[in-house]
Amino acid sequence: MAAVLRFLTRTREPGRLGWTDILAYSYLVLGVVLILAPVLWLFVSSFKSQRALIESDPRFLPYEQVMVTLPGSTRPVGLVEWKDKDGTTRILAQIRPSGTDVIVADPAKPGETFAVPRRETKPHERVHVRVENYTEPTLEGGRMGTFYFPRYFANSAVVTIVATLITLTISSMAAFALSKYRFRGRDTFMFLIVATLLMPATVILVPLFVVVKNFGMLDSLWGVIIPGAATPTGVFLLRQYMLTIPDELIEAARMDSASEWKIYYRIVLPLALPALAVLAILSIIWRWNDFLWPLVVLSHSENFTLQLGLSSFKGEMNDATHYLLAMTVLTLLPVSFVFAFLQKYITTGIANTGMK
Amino acid sequence: MATLDLVGVRKSFGATDVIHGIDLSVVHGEFCVFVGPSGCGKSTLLRMIAGLESVSAGELRIDGARVNELGASERGLAMVFQSYALYPHMSVRQNLSFGLENIRVAREEIDRRVAEAARMLRLEPYLDRRPGALSGGQRQRVAIGRAVVREPKIFLFDEPLSNLDAELRVRMRAELGALHDRLGNTMIYVTHDQVEAMTLADRIAVLRDGRCEQFDRPLELYNAPANMFVAGFIGSPRMNFMPAKVAARDGAAATLTLAAGGRVRVEAVTGSAAEGADVTFGVRPEHVKLVEAGAGDADMHVNLTEQLGGESYVYGTIGDGHEVTARLPGQTRVRGGETVGMALSKSTATYLFGKDGRALKRGAANA
Repeated sequence: MAAVLRFLTRTREPGRLGWTDILAYSYLVLGVVLILAPVLWLFVSSFKSQRALIESDPRFLPYEQVMVTLPGSTRPVGLVEWKDKDGTTRILAQIRPSGTDVIVADPAKPGETFAVPRRETKPHERVHVRVENYTEPTLEGGRMGTFYFPRYFANSAVVTIVATLITLTISSMAAFALSKYRFRGRDTFMFLIVATLLMPATVILVPLFVVVKNFGMLDSLWGVIIPGAATPTGVFLLRQYMLTIPDELIEAARMDSASEWKIYYRIVLPLALPALAVLAILSIIWRWNDFLWPLVVLSHSENFTLQLGLSSFKGEMNDATHYLLAMTVLTLLPVSFVFAFLQKYITTGIANTGMK
Repeated sequence: MATLDLVGVRKSFGATDVIHGIDLSVVHGEFCVFVGPSGCGKSTLLRMIAGLESVSAGELRIDGARVNELGASERGLAMVFQSYALYPHMSVRQNLSFGLENIRVAREEIDRRVAEAARMLRLEPYLDRRPGALSGGQRQRVAIGRAVVREPKIFLFDEPLSNLDAELRVRMRAELGALHDRLGNTMIYVTHDQVEAMTLADRIAVLRDGRCEQFDRPLELYNAPANMFVAGFIGSPRMNFMPAKVAARDGAAATLTLAAGGRVRVEAVTGSAAEGADVTFGVRPEHVKLVEAGAGDADMHVNLTEQLGGESYVYGTIGDGHEVTARLPGQTRVRGGETVGMALSKSTATYLFGKDGRALKRGAANA
């Protein structure tokens, strides 16, 4: 804790707060606010009631109107606050509207109804953390019965893990060949691979769809996994890293009678681990968050990934923003954990090469 | 048995020829050193022998069998790299056993060989460390150990000592010599350091621009260099060269007039050195004797003297501006700015080279 505090209060010259420090910290704080505010809003809002979200309640905490069920009635009604003539605030149950008035009753004496002007009342509210936003879609299949969280989660997990493994395998093999072998046309291949980065995904969407359809992979997870498995970014990233692995190590392995396969998985892969971790993080984030391509390929809801499932909360006929936000928070968690776990590889990275 | 034969071996990268036809035969158990200035192709030649570079033309034979087409992993050789090239993610033990695992040696045999190599190279305390946690000398020994455990037909060394500091280099040099004596394997060693070459080698191949200038025992190279390049390359400080003309032939002897003035008599001249021919006279700094000005064969204007206590170096110029170095035993009173004479004829260790640089006189040993 003390170390964190010391880190956060570091100045350019120890013990002196200069104007560069003030500028730097303001800039950093601004950055933190800009980046964190939407996430924070999402998190807080995911505990609000549906009504608060529809009304775009700007308050930070999740307020909601207190509801009571009056004796002799099955329908819960909301409580309102109303000031009577002598200035005391009374808490009344709002039974039904009546023109510009509302018919209310004291919850203690539900039989005696009377009318008060609507504009003199305001909702009686309490802070209520709606955990139901989380539990209902995951445990009860959603109130509409259309959101299968465990199913979507499993689909997303399969797509992300399998696709990332395939991406790592293909990219690292291609990168190994392109960085450590001398052959005719090597630079041309590299150029072609990198050139595909210039092609926007939307441009190849339709041709890719036709290919996937002809392979019979429509509406299956393989249709989501396979097309994006070989990424030019991954090949480029790994190749650039592998170029820094000294050729002499590979020659030494050759002198040690290692097969090319063995050189690949015993020498090159372990040494390229930092770059592989970076690519793994990127791939996991891409695949987990991917929306457009699964939307194109998948049509039955049992095959949906989480991102597609989330979109079902917001349709022409329904609006379940409270579920949407809660499920979005859940969706964010796995990638956040992955990042937190793997990011040390990025920073510690840079294998010490053991040369000299 | 492990012999190595190079027959007209050539290497070209695209249009540039790097190795221009080298013929060498290394016999079993020989410690052969390739020496030459940087860029002479000695490392390339070693890598061709190792199988890391292809052979453009000619034939490479190990134990009489052509190996041009065999990959590095199939030739049964082991190499120690200049940068050691230890696998940074493996422990010393894994570094040593990796090669043996690849050729499917039994586990007990691997353990036995690793233990033996570790004991021999004093690596036992470090077996579980990674290379990053070792000092330069220790890494060097691991690299050698990695070659030793393979029990290869031929050891290849690519400037293995060049990354060590001077003191360690001398120690490792002695250890390498001892290693060769103990193992008795054929070893091929590349260096640009003539001291390493002279001290370690059974035979030295002096390379220049992809050609083998001379392949002979160390003292032969010193005593009877085949040409001016070898004469200048072997020996430190380098041999003094002075342009001269053959004034008279008298059987196997010749009398020269130096371009800088002065006359020198040279014995045991071979080859065509007719009267009036332009030749180069060579004498090693340690064979130059300083005398009174005018009393020797030629005079030298001294620019600088260096006194090392046990010996002294005198640097100067002769009449035609050629630089001359003399190495004197003990200490000297000669100072910069003086003019002294050089007695050259009295030394048997003089050399004579024709216009093409070839030796016209076999050196002192044959004189």
